[in-house]
Amino acid sequence: MPARTDEARGTFELANAYQLDDRVAIRPEPFGALAYHYGNRRLVFLRAPELVELVRILADHPSAEAAMAAAGIPDRRRAAFGRALASLEAAEVIRAR
Amino acid sequence: MPAERGASRSLATEMKAGLDAPICLTWEMTYGCNLACVHCLSSSGRRDPAELTTAEARAVIDELARIQVFYVNIGGGEPTIRPDFFSLVEYAVGHGVGVKFSTNGTRITPDRARYLAGLDYVDVQISIDGATAATNDLIRGDGSYAAARQAMDHLAAAGFGAFKISVVVTRHNVAELDGLESLAAAYGAQLRLTRLRPSGRGADSWAYLHPTAEQQRRLYRWLLERPHVLTGDSFFHLSALGEALPGLNLCGAGRVVCLIDPVGDVYACPFVLHPEFRAGSVRDPGGFGRIWRESELFTGLRSPTSAGACSTCGSFDACQGGCMAAKFFTGIPLDGPDPECVFGHGELALAGVAPGSAPAPGPGHSRPSPVSVRLGRRA
Repeated sequence: MPARTDEARGTFELANAYQLDDRVAIRPEPFGALAYHYGNRRLVFLRAPELVELVRILADHPSAEAAMAAAGIPDRRRAAFGRALASLEAAEVIRAR
Repeated sequence: MPAERGASRSLATEMKAGLDAPICLTWEMTYGCNLACVHCLSSSGRRDPAELTTAEARAVIDELARIQVFYVNIGGGEPTIRPDFFSLVEYAVGHGVGVKFSTNGTRITPDRARYLAGLDYVDVQISIDGATAATNDLIRGDGSYAAARQAMDHLAAAGFGAFKISVVVTRHNVAELDGLESLAAAYGAQLRLTRLRPSGRGADSWAYLHPTAEQQRRLYRWLLERPHVLTGDSFFHLSALGEALPGLNLCGAGRVVCLIDPVGDVYACPFVLHPEFRAGSVRDPGGFGRIWRESELFTGLRSPTSAGACSTCGSFDACQGGCMAAKFFTGIPLDGPDPECVFGHGELALAGVAPGSAPAPGPGHSRPSPVSVRLGRRA
């Protein structure tokens, strides 16, 4: 893995392409899922089933926005999911590709 | 917002209902130990002839990998006494189950330290119970402080990185917290403080070792100022003093936490080695996963509980009535106050416990008499 620089953080853009980090495992839970990063050993709670699905399919779509459309996330909730993805990028759960 | 914050159900509420698999699984791999700490939660000393075999331990790891337990906290006893210990660590890591293991450090040689530094996903936690040999050795035995420091030196020299220094807070070491913090900083290590419970041999030493009420208040303020100090969420009873300490602040027993003991018995948490909190054995049909999902004990612990005697106290939401193990082994009813309740309700409850009526600790493996680390292990 290339080292991440500080500038790489806080750069989430809906128009960019992302994927689940290779070092992250996802475990389904009643509330959504747990994501565990084997590199930084952080446990992150994904607290909505739609977010779990979104994270899983990010790699199959040309942009985060397109992945949201494919996951059937309604327009009014996209800003909230965008913020969630931004925090997941900061936690290195997802990364730009 | 769906990630982490702001959902209508709090994370603590979700956790109380239980997870599909534990987050914090402790696996004590042996009751054998070359020390005889006076507060040992598992009364360790002699190995148990029925301890899991290498093949059985591997099967447990296979199952943990299958149900996606991302890491285990391995302890004992002194886990490195098992001849297959390091091969089991490698087996776990190789199957995606990270390992943090607790050790007294006596067996961390320069060679082992270099070997450990080369492994990914392995954390090492060295136990000491004071910033000085005098304070530590009273609890852990003569020579144990020097041995632990030597292990830390070896890990540092091997370039292991940030290992953990784990301390059980007692009446005697509260005054040394700053010293422990400096020690950790000097090694680039992480300091971890946990709560003394009246479990195992701790049942006999708790009354004179647990921090006083004033010391608890000092500890609370000290921890509030240092959110980077790890606590394993173990001081949530102190949150009744005001602002909550970092963490989930709830009893995780059977909900997010459990214990596999050396013979494969599964308990609700590492501090309740007693038949009443035994949920089953990994040797039972269905193994660990079935116990976690279906055992009557664990499903019961996930159902809503009553605040009992604490229902009239305005702080119940903050402290949740405290630690189940601390209540149980001091003879206080499980819906009563924590024996170290910051408002003194625990002292009143303790005064009402008939002498000799507190439950005796479960399976004991203490040696017949205390041993010194310099004497080595009895055959």
